Amino acid sequence: MFAELPILSLLIWGPVVGGIWVLYAGDRQEETVKTLALIISVVIFLLSTLLYKDFNINTHEMQFVEFAYWIETFNINYHLGVDGIAMPLIILTTFMTVLVILAAWEVIEKRISQYLAAFLIMEGLMNGVFSSMDAMLFYVFWEAMLIPMFLIIGIWGGPRRVYATIKFFLYTFLGSVFMLVAFLYLYSQSGTFNIAELQLLPLGLDAQKLIFIAFLLAFAVKIPMWPVHTWLPDAHVEAPTGGSVILAAILLKLGGYGFLRFSLPITPDASMYFDTMMIVLSLIAIAYIGFVALVQQDMKKLIAYSSISHMGFVTLGFFVGFSIYAATGSTEGGVFALEGSMIQMISHGFISGALFFCVGVMYDRVHSREIKDYGGVVNTMPHFAAFMMLFALANSGLPGTSGFVGEFVVILSSYQASFWIAFLAASTLVLGAAYTLWMYKRVIFGDVANDKIAELKDINQRETFILSALAIAVLFFGLYPAPLFDAMHPTLEHLFEQILQTKTYL
Amino acid sequence: MISKAEILILTPEIFMLTMASMILIVDTFSQDPLRKVTYYLTQLTLVLTAVLVFRFWPEQTVYAFGNSFISDGMSVVLKIGVFVIGLFVFLYSHEYLKEHGWLKGEYFVLGLFAILGMMILISAYSLLTVYLGLELLSLSLYAMIAMHRESTAASEAAMKFFVLGAIASGMLLYGMSMIYGVTGSLELATIATNIESDADNPLLVFGLVFILVGIAFKLGAVPFHMWVPDVYQGSPTCVTLFIASAPKLAAFAMAMRLLVDGLQPLVDDWQGMLIILAVLSMAIGNIVAISQTNIKRMLAYSTIAHVGFLLLGLLSGTPSGYAGSMFYIITYALMSMGAFGMVILLGRKGFEADELAHFKGLSERSPWFAFIMLILMFSMAGVPPFLGFWGKWFVLKEVVDAGFVWLAATAVFFSIIGAYYYIRVIKLMYFDKADSMTAIKASKQMRFALSVNGLALLILGLMPGGLLAICVSVLSMSA
Repeated sequence: MFAELPILSLLIWGPVVGGIWVLYAGDRQEETVKTLALIISVVIFLLSTLLYKDFNINTHEMQFVEFAYWIETFNINYHLGVDGIAMPLIILTTFMTVLVILAAWEVIEKRISQYLAAFLIMEGLMNGVFSSMDAMLFYVFWEAMLIPMFLIIGIWGGPRRVYATIKFFLYTFLGSVFMLVAFLYLYSQSGTFNIAELQLLPLGLDAQKLIFIAFLLAFAVKIPMWPVHTWLPDAHVEAPTGGSVILAAILLKLGGYGFLRFSLPITPDASMYFDTMMIVLSLIAIAYIGFVALVQQDMKKLIAYSSISHMGFVTLGFFVGFSIYAATGSTEGGVFALEGSMIQMISHGFISGALFFCVGVMYDRVHSREIKDYGGVVNTMPHFAAFMMLFALANSGLPGTSGFVGEFVVILSSYQASFWIAFLAASTLVLGAAYTLWMYKRVIFGDVANDKIAELKDINQRETFILSALAIAVLFFGLYPAPLFDAMHPTLEHLFEQILQTKTYL
Repeated sequence: MISKAEILILTPEIFMLTMASMILIVDTFSQDPLRKVTYYLTQLTLVLTAVLVFRFWPEQTVYAFGNSFISDGMSVVLKIGVFVIGLFVFLYSHEYLKEHGWLKGEYFVLGLFAILGMMILISAYSLLTVYLGLELLSLSLYAMIAMHRESTAASEAAMKFFVLGAIASGMLLYGMSMIYGVTGSLELATIATNIESDADNPLLVFGLVFILVGIAFKLGAVPFHMWVPDVYQGSPTCVTLFIASAPKLAAFAMAMRLLVDGLQPLVDDWQGMLIILAVLSMAIGNIVAISQTNIKRMLAYSTIAHVGFLLLGLLSGTPSGYAGSMFYIITYALMSMGAFGMVILLGRKGFEADELAHFKGLSERSPWFAFIMLILMFSMAGVPPFLGFWGKWFVLKEVVDAGFVWLAATAVFFSIIGAYYYIRVIKLMYFDKADSMTAIKASKQMRFALSVNGLALLILGLMPGGLLAICVSVLSMSA
């Protein structure tokens, strides 16, 4: 029915125009502005579900394709489309934005319209990143997205917000500009910015290595990988709750998306050449950062480190495929690992987002993120404690939650490559459980720590709604991940076959 | 014998000269302290000359006065660029001069003569006309800086600019005399053909070096940049605004005419020299800008860094690279004009808002103009979707196409350093508390023009296709 509707353009420009509308409405009538922003985000979310409804799960081809000339002189086009990788991420984006806007309801005290507008505009830009089929269009969305996030952390953040946001901006800018040089080099070789054509462009190994490193700078900073992760804990700690949620749930996924869309298919030989390095870096992230998370005193910092550790699984799944193929000679293991990584990305979006919401709920009441200021929260906030229990267990990878599926699949497939990779990766099952549940115990259980905790009110309807929505998502994809697997399988299968083909036939 | 056709080619310049002289006389008899007649006549002159230039857009390149004057696609586009920028600059300046109470008609007359100098420089096709245009431009600028007699800083800036400018002009003339000595001609086209037959003569490179020093000085490239920060900071803001915008287009044209039209056979020699100038300019400009507390001085160092980027396009040595530089300089002039316009907007009688601290908390005082400044700063830093990004994109693309990937990587590295001081301004505006909540006092025209200026960077950034296509087509035509 909606086949002729330019859904992707609406998903990009709808929120942007909506954001400008919200800005224009201003702060005078707070309730109206909030309702307006909420309606816009819900409409956009409903619109994005059409992507799933009309999605053809039997093809790896781009769907919902839109094309218009943009800068004809240089063959840069407004070219949109989604496949099995992008579609789930777009729906994740629109879903989380609704919750973030709800979460701002009573919490944000100053410049509410600008806050909501920033999130709406960012939603549009993120959808643009996921649906761009042209490298320059991708780059414009990718960089433009930094602006609202920079302002969100800087205006509504905590005491060290200026340091954190400038660090965030410069780190990500550093990565991306080298990606731009790589795009320009690819353009000088091929005369096109079309991503699909760039994926087929033959390149010598030396060129591929340099391009791979340029891409790595951009995506490793974003995802983030050890050792370029240091901006993330700062940004997370200082960002307002909504900012942390979007940062953890969507922005980190952009790095993973970049690896799948650019690094692997455009430089497959270099990816193979560097795969050991990537696996080692991923394992360091999983194991070492897991230990770092264990000693954190600040809840947000702990979750931030846990994010880095979990994203280590994503990069591990991306790059372990070459060794699996070398060991087994079959593509199934590699495809399975890629699927595990994708599920891990989606699931981490829900779980880390939910945990940041939980910290936000407590922070709004107690105004502290330090673990030592809490204790015995379960006595005053039993409903909240139950929700947080679920997300803490999901974060430690309990079967039945979405956190289990991705990690398990990645560990299972990396076992085919090497026992030791699987062994080190599996350390997260212990470490993750240790740092998450230990934090949970110190914050939620025990005696009531102080007067502030004794006076806590349990979560209200709005907060219950947000946490329930996330809980349903976590449980649904934990028990029945098949829709995700089905949607992604053809795309990832095609991708893996593509990256096994050498491109160095020069 | 001068033919009628040749006179026609020069119509816009002749008209501009007539009008400037007439306005000088009208202004002498004007009693109005606001100099309304002078101001409106100046703006009218710019509009009419723009119409004339557009009307006489030649279908193919035409020459006048024994090949010493040229009119081609590049000259038309650059001249129209100068007029559009001039309109905004005079509007901002009028506001500034009114507010600070030393409104003099000479400012506009000198401004028009400077613009006439730019027009001649843009269309110059022999060494003599290049020099004529350059001196007309420079002498007008010296006088404009020194106009505010009570200010010692301005007098110092004028003196410094004059002495160093004279040395640079001397260098340029010396280099020209060398080239003339070898090739026996002042016409750029003849020089290019004669060089080919005598390419190994060492005097050519000797002359080239001096000409390049002259160009680098006028552009403000390191190591000939010393005058830029002092002159930008010392001049009254309305003059800084003037110097930092339109003359850059003319300086770019001068570099194009001398290096590309005249000395193209020596491209291998000047390419290497330009690489050194470009890398040094980007490095020094961006690094030193970080430690500035005065926004005019900070923008001066940022200009130096931008000049480094501009040289990247020129040194790639292809028509499309020149188009990249041309696009870059137009975007730069638009941004620089807006940034100094903001400094004027925030100032009031007896108070210049030229310290970075004056931008503190602007988003609370005026959310709209904080947003315009945000666009200007992100655009200068080269963050999409603003126009400045496409300027950087274009020259980087040309450098990569010319095979200098390492140079592109160096350039983006320095632009990250540059991003720091631009976002620091945004930090001051958005994250810091205002020291005082003084309302912004500016006329409607000023507010409107500055908003148009800022939004143009956003809209052209989203739709850069037209401007890019114009730059590419006029340069591929002339090459």
